[in-house]
Amino acid sequence: MRAVQRVEGRAVVLDRSNVDTDQIIPAAWLKRVERTGFGPGLFSAWRTDPGFVLNQPGADGAKVLIAGPNFGCGSSREHAVWALQDFGFEAVVAPSFADIFRGNSIGAGLVTAQAAEEAVAELGAALSKNADAKVIVDVAERTITMPDAGLSYSFALPDYARWRLLEGLDDIGITLRHADEIAEFERQRPGWLPSSAPAVHAGT
Amino acid sequence: MTGRLFDKVWQRHLVASPEGEPPLLYIDLHLVHEVTSPQAFEGLELAGRPVRRPDLTVATMDHDVPTVNPDGPISDPLAAEQMARLRKNCEAHGITLYPLGNAEQGVVHVIGPQLGLTQPGMTVVCGDSHTSTHGAFGALAFGIGTTEVEHVLATQTLRQSKPQAMAVTVDGELPYGVTAKDLVLGIIAEIGTHGGTGTVIEYRGEAIRALDMAGRMTVCNMSIEGGARAGMIAPDDTTFAFLEGRQHSPEGAAWERALDDWRSLVTDEGAVFDREVRINASSLRPVVTWGTNPAQSVTIDDVVPDPVSFATPAEQHAAQRALEYMGLAPGTAMRDIAVNTVFIGSCTNGRLADLRAAAGVIKGRKVSEGVRAIVVPGSARVKAEAEAEGLDDVFKAAGFEWRSAGCSMCLGMNGDILMPGERSASTSNRNFEGRQGPGGRTHLVSPAMAAATAVAGRFATPGDLHGGN
Repeated sequence: MRAVQRVEGRAVVLDRSNVDTDQIIPAAWLKRVERTGFGPGLFSAWRTDPGFVLNQPGADGAKVLIAGPNFGCGSSREHAVWALQDFGFEAVVAPSFADIFRGNSIGAGLVTAQAAEEAVAELGAALSKNADAKVIVDVAERTITMPDAGLSYSFALPDYARWRLLEGLDDIGITLRHADEIAEFERQRPGWLPSSAPAVHAGT
Repeated sequence: MTGRLFDKVWQRHLVASPEGEPPLLYIDLHLVHEVTSPQAFEGLELAGRPVRRPDLTVATMDHDVPTVNPDGPISDPLAAEQMARLRKNCEAHGITLYPLGNAEQGVVHVIGPQLGLTQPGMTVVCGDSHTSTHGAFGALAFGIGTTEVEHVLATQTLRQSKPQAMAVTVDGELPYGVTAKDLVLGIIAEIGTHGGTGTVIEYRGEAIRALDMAGRMTVCNMSIEGGARAGMIAPDDTTFAFLEGRQHSPEGAAWERALDDWRSLVTDEGAVFDREVRINASSLRPVVTWGTNPAQSVTIDDVVPDPVSFATPAEQHAAQRALEYMGLAPGTAMRDIAVNTVFIGSCTNGRLADLRAAAGVIKGRKVSEGVRAIVVPGSARVKAEAEAEGLDDVFKAAGFEWRSAGCSMCLGMNGDILMPGERSASTSNRNFEGRQGPGGRTHLVSPAMAAATAVAGRFATPGDLHGGN
């Protein structure tokens, strides 16, 4: 995973609550077997509306998405994170995120900055006056700033998630340092627990 | 110290709690399907890592399998490629796979319990948010993303910060005609789409105890629609009776030892939850959603709400948007809303008990003219068992299409979709915009109400078909 210290760029405001992962990337796009190429599918149903925020001048090249509460609810599809990243977003700012989406984002290196509802509203209001204003999401400091408007807010991000984003660490590598403890745990598991061995994959 | 069911299951799976890192949780069962796994297997291969425990991993094909002529060639080349990849990955890593056409193939959350793979006190994960279903057995079960799928394949563990525990207690008895689906939709309406965020919900109380395993799975299945990654119900004699004799259930002395252990998986008297909600079952009625998230629902006796009736500007705005998408006017009686399509199936309501409930309503009746009605059994075995009881004949005689197992119209990946503007009564779990096809309008209901609606051509309860409410 790529390290992310700081995201700096234009922001897009999606003033909707409960943005679900079916909107972020519709199911028809889930047939891809790669992690890339999902950008054109991002919000593809909503993008058929010419008035949609991503169709406005300046949305191309935006790095920060500012949205309403419970962003990323619904399906566990990590494709939603990949689609946001593929489009160019590196951070999402919202009052709250759905649990699975948040975990997926941290795993894939997308910053989920959970800020107070008032902070999100004020950022949105400032952007409505100056759509080109630069927004800075600083992972190390856990702050969101908009220098042009003199705005600065802190956001919540667990210590471990922050560390992983800053270092660009691969979780599996960290976990495999505990391989001995995993093996020891396995020796003590109750014998009645189910096992699918020997493998069956003969087909029909 | 008094423990909660969730703490007990959590505690027994802690492999390590390193300083400054989230705890490492052991995973007893990893279920895999064709859509969220290819990138995870690719990641493993690029890093040269093996699957640590293929014997604790089980795969099937469900999300984009055809439900018509499943033995024939697969017309969608992308879906065919995903299935071929899964087959190749399972063969390469020695993972058991129940592919399309196999007698045990089906929706991943239907086949796990059916095979006895899901047992009390286990940890179960899958790259699918409805993994919460398995919590009905007193397992800690939750959905994960593809990066986490790769992590579990490589290490058989997951890094997880410990969630909070929330109790949803349902006192009293469900009124006649009110089902587990109505109950869980009622709970979601009460707590909201993110009332359970950051928590594991334990469902408790008399009305939960009275549910059979199919009903308990329906309830736990939709925990995620209330924001909770997992839902749990303490195992009891209903659970044990369901499990006894299944393919992967313990036998003989091991069964007795397991039972002793499983009986300890209860929340102790006096334990305190981080959040508690109480609901009186007797106040519940059959539920229909009107909007574009599962919390936007009313009872069948109600009307489409007026957006101005909501408390906050954000809720009013969301309701307004939802009504525009759904093509509904405030004040319309739910019973006056006509549907084009009825879908019975999914991991929420695709089990034998659900098909029996629907068939009981449909028997001797006809699907209303112009309504397309389809039944998609949750698994190949559910289909076979239903056919052995003659349920297929009941559905077909009424004018339903009798399909093969898969996720089908629940998420519309396989071509079973609504056309733009079409309206469905669906026993699935999500009424998001476009969930069942671009422009499609989904109303979530129970199997019994879906069946009655198919006959009436508009939202109806089984009681309505007799001329009463």
